[in-house]
Parts: sequence; structure tokens; C-alpha cells
Amino acid sequence: MNAKISNKIATAVLYLIAGLVVLLLAGLLGFILVSGVPHLSWHFLTSPSLAFQAGGGIEFQLFNSIYLLFITMLISFPIALGAGIYLNEYAKQNMFTTIIRTAIEILSSLPSVVVGLFGFLLIVVKLQLGFSILSGAIALTIFNLPLLTRSVEGSLKSIPDLQREAGSALGLSKWETVIHVIFPAALPSIVTGIVLSAGRVFGEAAALIYTAGQSAPALDFTDWNPFDATSPLNLMRPAETLAVHIWKINSEGIQPDAAQVSAGASAVLIIAVLIFNISARWIGKALYKRLTSAR
Amino acid sequence: MDQIRESLLKTSIATKRERFGRSITMAALILIAVIVVSIFYFIASKGLSTFFVDKINVWEFLSGKTWNPGTTDAHGKQEVGALPMIVGSFLITVLSAIIATPFAIGTAVFMTEISPKHGARILQPVIELLVGIPSVVYGFIGLTVIVPLQRHIFGGSGFGVLAGTVVLFVMILPTVTSMTVDTLRSVPQYYRESALAIGATRWQAIYKVILRAATPGILTAIVFGMARAFGEALAVQMVVGNAPILPTNLTSPAATLTSILTQGIGNTVMGSMQNDVLWTLALILLFMSLVFNIIIRVIGKKGELK
Repeated sequence: MNAKISNKIATAVLYLIAGLVVLLLAGLLGFILVSGVPHLSWHFLTSPSLAFQAGGGIEFQLFNSIYLLFITMLISFPIALGAGIYLNEYAKQNMFTTIIRTAIEILSSLPSVVVGLFGFLLIVVKLQLGFSILSGAIALTIFNLPLLTRSVEGSLKSIPDLQREAGSALGLSKWETVIHVIFPAALPSIVTGIVLSAGRVFGEAAALIYTAGQSAPALDFTDWNPFDATSPLNLMRPAETLAVHIWKINSEGIQPDAAQVSAGASAVLIIAVLIFNISARWIGKALYKRLTSAR
Repeated sequence: MDQIRESLLKTSIATKRERFGRSITMAALILIAVIVVSIFYFIASKGLSTFFVDKINVWEFLSGKTWNPGTTDAHGKQEVGALPMIVGSFLITVLSAIIATPFAIGTAVFMTEISPKHGARILQPVIELLVGIPSVVYGFIGLTVIVPLQRHIFGGSGFGVLAGTVVLFVMILPTVTSMTVDTLRSVPQYYRESALAIGATRWQAIYKVILRAATPGILTAIVFGMARAFGEALAVQMVVGNAPILPTNLTSPAATLTSILTQGIGNTVMGSMQNDVLWTLALILLFMSLVFNIIIRVIGKKGELK
């Protein structure tokens, strides 16, 4: 076949494939938003879910998702930061580093349901924390750690060695250089990494169904004492999140309006992911501008 | 003299901080490694008790065709054959990867070689957004769109291998595409220039040079997508039908390792045989994710540019 003709055919085919994929992806997003957004209302977001009747909302699930995300980040960020700093700044090329890198890679490829089951076995059953926010947050931390560590490491790696040499030349120790020079310089991209991983954590369900539980007991939003049973801040209460809620009402639920509630909840999840994606970039850029003299 | 001597020989504050920082970051790293080891230890010790405590034959477990823990067959043996789930998982994974691959490669080539401008401005953000969509949302769409569609076209319940495959195809497509795009972008620019300089058309350059150079990376992307599909639990569980029988055709209900696992763990008693066999399924999942990991490593090693 003539090379020019085959070039044209191939280009046309590639256009076709790309067009189909765009249609598919746009249709997907459009479907979620079109079927979900009409169900969104202040009432939907701020009223508790109903198990047997139509008209329930997602108030507690939404709060649980956000609170769980916050606790997860609180636990996982320091660990990921430490591990990332060690890997990029201190680790030498030896057996120990290779083994740890392999372990992190394996952890990142584990199915989230396996992480959830591990959490169930160790935290819920063996450590007797029960189905609770804390158990869920630990499971999500395990799920989140490898990616966050890698993202922190990548951010630190992108800082030129010139900065480290400058630190040493000023007589700073390695640790001081890392804390006062490298970390601030890498902060914008670290923050971007955190927000992006937050989007992933926000929508995770498989790791949570047997750790944070599948029920959302009523919360009293006037009681902010973390040790009260109905307080929203209580760490030891079971907490069904939005993503778990969608799964639950579609596979086991008996609400008459399960489809509408899940459509609305899906739209909330998608919008949240969208916000995380956009704000990740925006916050990163804004921080970069603030911390450096770049315009 | 002694004072100077002492101040020079004493560990400085900076050194102390250095040691502190070094050990605390190392502790964080070791914590991650400990978590990985304990995941393997706990799941394996639970999963293997099917064979050691409940005395179920490994081979019979892996090749048995009926899954009905708690009941015994005519020979007095437990009906715990995991083959239907193993077949279901592999079938759905492989099928969805086969469908996703041409679309992912085509889109990625379009984004990097044909129309980088549109690729970067329109496709890239959409794909990044779709990578982040929670899997339950894919499951929900499958349940409200794909399942009724399958029921309408092929009859039956609508739940089954086909619905699971379609959902997973849509789910891994963005992941595989964005990884393929990264690989294609990392092919050095002078490969393209030299191909075009010796008179190749754009398609010849793509087909004979760029895709060849990017093959290891593309394979990695596909295996990565398969690993994700294999381990996906809730989206599949919502559409596959959860009937632990060997799938005879694409539209009959089936089950995967993950779907039986998520369904069963909450309904069985810890420590019972019915519960142990589920942990064995989890162990198979864990093992397979290791296998996928090793495949990715082997591809990466072979594909290193020399």
C-alpha cells in the first residue's frame, strides 16, 4: 500500500478512536452530572438519610467523608513526609533501600479491598477499635501512604542539587538544609500532591466497608465534645461515608429512591474530585508565587 | 584551653538535630515496610488456615467448581471450589484489558503525536479527572446504564460478565491512557525527527519508531490497568451478579474473587471455616497483585534503553 494513503487512513482511524473516547468520557461525566445535579439541593445535603422511605439526604455521610479525609491526612502526611525525606535525602543505594522501595511499590499495587480486610483483621478485630472513624482512617492511611510518599519524594527530587550545595556551603547540616531550604522550595508541589491524593481518599469505599463500617448513626451537631457518643468529632463511632453509602444502597438497600440518592451522591463525589483537581493546581501555583519571587 | 577543647569535641546542636531528623524520617520509612510485612503475615496466616486448620485440599480448593461453604457433597467433602471466582476474575480482567488497549493507545497517540494542542488542552484534564472518579460511581453507572442495556439486548437479568467487563473497561481506560501518554512523551524528540528526516510519513514514524520505542512502557500501562481491574471490588460486585458458578457465556451472572469476598466477610463468623475460605480468596488476590508487580518489573528491566 502507498505510504501516503496508509498515513491518511491511520490518521483518520486515530481521529476516530480519539473522538470515540472523548464521546465516551464526556458522556460519562455528562451522565453523572445530568442525572445527579437535579437531585442536589440544600435539603439533600443537610438532611439525614432514610432507610425505608424516599426523600432522605446525605448529611451524615457527607460530614463523615470530610472528617475521615481530614483524620486520614493528619495521620498519613507526617509519615509520608518523613519517609519521602529519608528516601530522597538520606537513602543510599543499598539493599535496605531497594527492599523498602519494593515494599512501597507492592503496597501501592495492593487492591484496596485487601487493605480494608487487613484493617478489619488487625485494627477492628485484634486491636478492638471496632468499626470506627479511627479504624477507617488507619486503613485509608495504609492505602494512601505509598502514593503520598512517592509524591513527596518526587517533589523533593525536583529541587535542584544546587540548593543542597548552597546549604552545605553555608555550613548548614543536611537536616537543616532539608528543613529550611529544600522543604519550603518543594512545598507547592508537595501540597499539590496532598490535595490530589485527598481526592482519591475521598472516593475510596472498598477499604472502608469493613473498617469505618456501613452505618451512620445520628450526629448531634451542637455537641462538639469528641468524647460524647453522638458528637460529630467522636473518633470511635462507626461512620459510613458517601462512597460507601452509594455502594450500600445499591447493593443491599431498600430505599424506594435509591437511584436518585445515589445519583445525587455520585454527583457530589464527582464535583468534589473536580474541586480537588482544580484546587490542587491553583493552591500549588499560589503557594509558589507567595514563597518565591516568581511572577 | 580545656574549655575550647571541650566545646570542639562535644556534639553540636546541629549534629544532634541531624541525628534526630535522620532517625525520625527513617522510622517513618520503616513503619511503611512493617505495614507491608504485616499485611502479608496476617492475610497469609488467615488464608492458609483453610488448608492447615480446616484440612481442605489445596488443589480441590483451586479447581473445585461448586462454591457452597458449609455444605458437603456426596463424598462428605466441603463444597469450596474457588475456580468459578478465579475464572470470573481473570475473564473480566483480560477482556476489559483487551478492549481498553486499542482505545488507550489510539487516544494516547492522538494526544501526543497527532494533535498535541487539543490533547493537552481538552483531553488531558478530562482524563485526569476520570482517573480520580471513585470506583463506586463507575459501579453505579454500570448498574443504571449497562445492566439495563444488557438486559434489553441479551435478555436475562442483565448482570454478568459482559456488564462487569464494560464497567472495568471504562474504569481502566483513563488510567491506561494517561500512563501511555507519559511513555510516549518520554520518547526522545530526535527519534521523531530522524524518522521524518529519512522520509517516513507520520504514521510510519509512529508505527515503526515511536510505538516500538515505547512498547515496554505501554505494556507496563496495560499490566497496571489489569492489576487495577483484578483488584477492583465494589464496582464489579454491583454489576456482575455474584453467582459463584462457572460462566458459560458472557451474559450470564458470574462472580469474582473480590465480589464474593466483600459480600461474604460481613456475613460469616470470624474463625469459622466459611470465613477462612474467604481469607484464602483474599490471599489469592494478594498473590496475584504480587504477580502483576513482578511482571511490571520484568518488563521494566527488559525495556531499559541501553
